[in-house]
Amino acid sequence: MATVAVIDYGMGNLHSVAKALESVGENVRVVVSGEPAEILKADRVVLPGVGAIRDCVGEIRRLGLDEVILRVAADRPLLGVCVGMQLLMDHSEENDGVDCLGVFPGEVRSFTHMPQPESGEKLKIPHMGWNQVQQTDTHALWHDIPQDARFYFVHSYYVEPAAPALIAGTSVYPVAFTSALARDNVFAVQFHPEKSQHAGLQLYTNFLHWTV
Amino acid sequence: MGLAKRIIPCLDVDDGRVVKGVQFVDIRDAGDPVEIARRYDEQGADELTFLDITASHEDRDTMVHVVEEVAGQVFIPLTVGGGIRTVDDIRTMLNAGADKVAINTAAVHNPEFVKQAAEKFGSQCIVVAIDAKRVSADGEVERWEIFTHGGRKPTGIDAIDWARKMVAYGAGEILLTSMDRDGTRIGFDLALTRAISEAVTVPVIASGGVGELQHLVEGVQQGHADAVLAASIFHFGEHSIEEAKRHMAAAGIEMRL
Repeated sequence: MATVAVIDYGMGNLHSVAKALESVGENVRVVVSGEPAEILKADRVVLPGVGAIRDCVGEIRRLGLDEVILRVAADRPLLGVCVGMQLLMDHSEENDGVDCLGVFPGEVRSFTHMPQPESGEKLKIPHMGWNQVQQTDTHALWHDIPQDARFYFVHSYYVEPAAPALIAGTSVYPVAFTSALARDNVFAVQFHPEKSQHAGLQLYTNFLHWTV
Repeated sequence: MGLAKRIIPCLDVDDGRVVKGVQFVDIRDAGDPVEIARRYDEQGADELTFLDITASHEDRDTMVHVVEEVAGQVFIPLTVGGGIRTVDDIRTMLNAGADKVAINTAAVHNPEFVKQAAEKFGSQCIVVAIDAKRVSADGEVERWEIFTHGGRKPTGIDAIDWARKMVAYGAGEILLTSMDRDGTRIGFDLALTRAISEAVTVPVIASGGVGELQHLVEGVQQGHADAVLAASIFHFGEHSIEEAKRHMAAAGIEMRL
């Protein structure tokens, strides 16, 4: 039976990610683990994340999971979710600047740099709620998900990849930002598929079927 | 194209049962929170909020089971409020599958608790619930104060100052209830909603007073709310969530349909 590991580094709620994968995964074993050996045994891996990035990076390094994530990123399907996406970048400006794992070249930036909306209303931060995702390529993870489908977001920082070719999806708040990244066997999303009802469950289904 | 406004049905749960009366024609067990949550999810609810109004502490375990059960079946954001007083209470609810917790009275008694909670779990899961009541007389400059104990106990704290303080302490969202309007079905206190929404940088959920679909439109367009919360208009089957969303979209509000 194929195994998908959800990386547990002690930050936040992994219950919903695991439940969503279980609900769509036929013949798939879902393990929530912070054990390097167990994660490296899995066929595919999800890197979730919530909270402050300095704490996330700190725990990942302390548990020796940084090396594990880099190995997984080199040889099997890996999905980064929310802060899990941001962790894959080079660097984040959150918490006065934090070096991340460098799987994708680029920066994590604050929404406070964004222009204010033309409507005159204040730009609310965090960016919270259901926003549309424009798919900028025909990736296997977008299979059966309509163009401009809505996903649930909650975040105050967003990624700015160094190369436009890495972008798999964009959203607008109040101008376009990158909401999905893809390269080879790695995919990453800023939104929460496990909280995005049908569209989100479809993305997890696609991830479980993804052959690289 | 962009971020949609949200509709959030609210379920008051007492010892594992939804109270305030919920009447769906085709649900046999009208008070089962899991079944009601599933129904609202199918109708397109953008999030769900559970308020635990259980009086005794022992019965709180029941709420944890409700959240676990719902989180295993419904894949939209879940907020749990009512009786959240300690870091352990928050951890318990998040581990059960809640995405956010709403802190109300405990924030008034100990504002530092909000700071601790946000540092520990991140602002994204800390909602501060504000129960406000108008204290200005007609003709005076409008003022609202924070009340506790279901609107009975004044605190003397100005609602706008309080909202700003809670955001500075790490609240990621404000759930704003007008105690003057709660249960009246005559619409939100729009002046209050707008005053708070313009005073803070985080999203504001308007609550208290919804009696018809047009009130939801007003909450967004005149109150500048980012989300609208309602209970009875959905519970009694007068309107479905889907109908409410279509009504708001027809008024020009961006919605997830």
